[in-house]
Amino acid sequence: MHLQVSNVSKSFGEGRDRKLVLEDISFELVSGQFMALVGSSGSGKSTVMRLIAGLERPSAGTIHLDGEQVRRPGSDRGMVFQKYSLYPWLTAAQNVAFGLSLQGRGKAEIRERTAYFLDVVGLADAARLLPRELSGGMQQRVAIARALATEPKVLLLDEPFGALDLQIRESMQEFLHDLWKTTGLTALLITHDIEEALLLAGTVHIMAPRPGRIVHTVSVQLDRSDLRHLRVSQPFLELREELAGRLRSLDGSLL
Amino acid sequence: MVRSPALRRFLHHPWVLGVLGILMVFVVWFLTTSSGMVDKLFLPGPGAVWQAGTDQFQQGILVKDAIASIQRVFLGFVISAGLALPIGIAMGTNLTICYLLEPLMGLIRYMPAPAFIPLLIIYFGLEELPKVMLIFIGTFFFNTLMIMDAVKFVPSELVETALTLGGRGLPILTRVVAPFIAPQVLDTYRINMASAWNLVIVAELVAANEGLGKRISLAQRFLRTDEIFVGLIVIGLIGLIIDLGFRFLMRRACSWAN
Ligand SMILES: Nc1ncnc2c1ncn2[C@@H]1O[C@H](COP(=O)(O)OP(=O)(O)OP(=O)(O)O)[C@@H](O)[C@H]1O
Ligand SMILES: [Mg+2]
Repeated sequence: MHLQVSNVSKSFGEGRDRKLVLEDISFELVSGQFMALVGSSGSGKSTVMRLIAGLERPSAGTIHLDGEQVRRPGSDRGMVFQKYSLYPWLTAAQNVAFGLSLQGRGKAEIRERTAYFLDVVGLADAARLLPRELSGGMQQRVAIARALATEPKVLLLDEPFGALDLQIRESMQEFLHDLWKTTGLTALLITHDIEEALLLAGTVHIMAPRPGRIVHTVSVQLDRSDLRHLRVSQPFLELREELAGRLRSLDGSLL
Repeated sequence: MVRSPALRRFLHHPWVLGVLGILMVFVVWFLTTSSGMVDKLFLPGPGAVWQAGTDQFQQGILVKDAIASIQRVFLGFVISAGLALPIGIAMGTNLTICYLLEPLMGLIRYMPAPAFIPLLIIYFGLEELPKVMLIFIGTFFFNTLMIMDAVKFVPSELVETALTLGGRGLPILTRVVAPFIAPQVLDTYRINMASAWNLVIVAELVAANEGLGKRISLAQRFLRTDEIFVGLIVIGLIGLIIDLGFRFLMRRACSWAN
């Protein structure tokens, strides 16, 4: 798997209302990599993700997935939104099965895969529950299972834990890390939480707003065998402070 | 006042309170008429109305009238609801269609449907067609615009998720949009069914050979206030049953929405 984002710019609106939202974004993502985009609100993170998902088209530049230009949404790029994305009339299992059945897979295959991916996210017992009967964290795990069930080449996560409270957030971060380790998935995570980015991603891009652009890239080499320990370890805290300082100065220079 | 908690809970049950409210009116009605203060010709007592009702029932008039009215409503409303669904969805999903039709429908919607009756009689005579048309005109635009609104409120995340799962075109409509709007569509139908039911009576008051509205206007001619009351009560009851039917359907089919 090779995702290549090359010199992508995006503007919305026409004429005088035209607004440049992304300017000259370039990066690459390869199999098994976990990458994060961090930036303050309005720096265009979601727009980057929507461009990769094919939900928007770039104004300039190209996006290629395994050599093929991205022109429309497709199941090779799974997406998880911040909220409101489970189908409220379907049970957890039916939500996970949704993509498979849209693709017209056989009944037996759907059943088997649904059970497998519900199990992967630790929700085998919740198969028959409706989304409103699930906690926020469980809902996001179902959304992740649903995106994984169609076996995308890359998983796009747009602030998947942004709406959760702190404790659940931390356990979901550990969950996502374990999932990445066990399944070897390729992920692009959007967040405005530096700690979350450093904890999970091997590469972190820092984005600045107006227009959105990547201003700094860190490759994170930390021992991730115990996330809870890592969170409070000295090198982690120092790195976090350094990046937080950078983000602050970005915001400060705009005031 | 009420000591026993069980009794209190019983008295606060919505059904009990509802029946109590209706009973109150009956008691007042009964007391005023039995006191002899008002002329029976103006306000017949509950007993007289019941008598008139059972008479009509035994003669078969009541059932025949009810069936005639229900048929008209049913026909007109099924056509209205059936056309409003695809057109409303099209308007809600396609901006061009929306811009094209919304002002037109918004305008017609504010023309009172009963005002179309003279025109419909001139065009289609006194048979069934003008009455069915009236119900169609009176409900179609409301149905369509309300369904359009429901479609516009489908969260974009739900549609976009389906797109990223490999969905496209018609399956998105049938498997994402349709189930999401189903509760609102049922509720739209329930609300507009009430005006359909009102309109059929209005149409029958003006011109019809049979029907509950027709029976009321006949009763007026012969000063049979008891029969007018029978008509009013039966119309109300049938409307209530239809309403409860929609609510029941909604609870069964869209339990996720409650
Ligand atoms: N469809 C659109 N039309 C016009 N402007 C848009 C559109 N989508 C995004 N924008 C603008 O682009 C800018 C970046 O938006 P985007 O949602 O990508 O930022 P973000 O970094 O994800 O922010 P947040 O952290 O709040 O989610 C914002 O100023 C937003 O108003
Ligand atoms: Mg965003």
